[in-house]
Amino acid sequence: MEIEHVAVLSRLELAEDEKRLFSKQINSIIEYIDKLNELDTKNTKPTAHVLSIENVFREDRLSPSLPKDKALQNAQNRTDDFYRVPKIIE
Amino acid sequence: MELFDLTISEAQAAIEKGEITPTGLTRAVFKRIEAVEGRIKAYVTLNGEHALMQAKEAEHRREKGDRTMLLGIPVAVKDNMCTEGIRTTCSSKILENFIPPYESTVTGKLKEQGYILTGKTNLDEFAMGSSTENSGFFVTRNPWDVERVPGGSSGGSAAAVAAGECIAALGSDTGGSIRQPAALCGVVGLKPTYGRVSRYGLIAFASSLDQIGPITKNVRDSAILMNVISGHDKYDSTSAPLPVPDFTSVLGQDIKGMKIGIPREYFIEGMDKEIEVCVKNAIKTFESLGAITQEISLPHTGYAVAVYYILATSEASSNLARYDGVKYGYRAKGKDLMDMYMKTRAEGFGAEVKRRIILGTYALSSGYYEAYYKKAQQVRTLIKQDFERAFETVDAIVTPTSPTPAFKAGEKTADPLQMYLSDIFTISVNLAGVPGISIPCGFTSDNLPVGLQIIGRHFDEETILKIAYAYEQDTEWHKRKPVL
Repeated sequence: MEIEHVAVLSRLELAEDEKRLFSKQINSIIEYIDKLNELDTKNTKPTAHVLSIENVFREDRLSPSLPKDKALQNAQNRTDDFYRVPKIIE
Repeated sequence: MELFDLTISEAQAAIEKGEITPTGLTRAVFKRIEAVEGRIKAYVTLNGEHALMQAKEAEHRREKGDRTMLLGIPVAVKDNMCTEGIRTTCSSKILENFIPPYESTVTGKLKEQGYILTGKTNLDEFAMGSSTENSGFFVTRNPWDVERVPGGSSGGSAAAVAAGECIAALGSDTGGSIRQPAALCGVVGLKPTYGRVSRYGLIAFASSLDQIGPITKNVRDSAILMNVISGHDKYDSTSAPLPVPDFTSVLGQDIKGMKIGIPREYFIEGMDKEIEVCVKNAIKTFESLGAITQEISLPHTGYAVAVYYILATSEASSNLARYDGVKYGYRAKGKDLMDMYMKTRAEGFGAEVKRRIILGTYALSSGYYEAYYKKAQQVRTLIKQDFERAFETVDAIVTPTSPTPAFKAGEKTADPLQMYLSDIFTISVNLAGVPGISIPCGFTSDNLPVGLQIIGRHFDEETILKIAYAYEQDTEWHKRKPVL
């Protein structure tokens, strides 16, 4: 496993010692997980979900939802009705 | 008997007879918390003042003739269920100051039934762990031996129930997180069938596995809480649109002639000898109660941990992508948006959460998806089929809940894989989506509790509650209390 590549995909900045430790630990977990290859699953369907639920639909009707102030109350940085983030467009 | 040792049904009866009041009961529980919490550390947030207001309100409701199921009963809630206006942290620094703007469905139901919230209990960060040592704040201790862990991830809830720091509690279970701590703390923990209880407002870990369930002092209380929290919810489309039975109605029914399967794969080498003895004695008790026990096979048991650590981490890596420092939670400073994301998550998450996000991201990444994620989903099918086949011949399955009693704090933290293997007997149940209950079935020579797991068919919690209750009536284990 290329730890640096996966850390970027995970949006996690890792310190050097974390990279070393996680690489070692995750590699040994993967080694353990490789035992799944003992099983022949060519004709086995995957299970994503244990209950046989198909798409669940509902009427498209207006109903009350969170007021803006409540939805924004936990934001670290906001202006009026907006979340503030570091500049995206140069 | 001390008031804080009362069960839900005992407290209800005492309130009904006028022997105690909700306020008196709440005060007694908080006095107990004051006395032992310094040693146990079960709670992240205590709800003291507000709880007394709730107690007063319960008294008013009673005067008006209200007799709802939890009126005036102090209940603890694991800190991964959203409580409107009350801090909900998931025991993570990234949510340390998060005040939910809405109520989870389960706590909403507890409210309707008049409960008193004692506080929010500690867990392994984002429910990832088996010892509560992964909490971002502090480690919870086992009331039977404070040098040992309470199990996890619902360790705070299980310890609070065992120590009398609440009358009952809610936990959540993704791979054993209700049943294993219940076993290690000598209390009753039930993971309902996937879909029985709404997950709305439960902070997601692995959405195809997570279920909320009760942690209680006895089986009757487990059935009472199941009556409160079960049922379809329009806010959770994975909750099952099925009627909810009265789970207490089966308690006391005969188990004569019921078929109980004992899977040979659960009596493995390396299992603690004293646990094996306790479980084998429990099997004899079932036989003496007239049940028919037979050996069965769940042949793919040995692959469950491997399947779980692909599926649970994959789902977690996706679920935890929402913690980006923008809409809520901790935010670090960064030179641009990407840098802000990377630093926010690096500083906000603990080591185990990072490890699992990385493993899950890897399993889902381009080129590895088929080898890991899809393969794990296929083996999940085989595990599910094991149970389907077994339930063609037996009504329930009995196993140990955990291969060892409570272990010492620090004993397994260095090796994540060893920690993962402590869930070896509980994980298959989540993968198959079936219900499982852990009940006390004895003690080791060190006076540590041992748990027995009873597993049932999909949406047949009634059978496992019935069997658990029959066992409990015949034994005294659940009456023992830790000395604190």
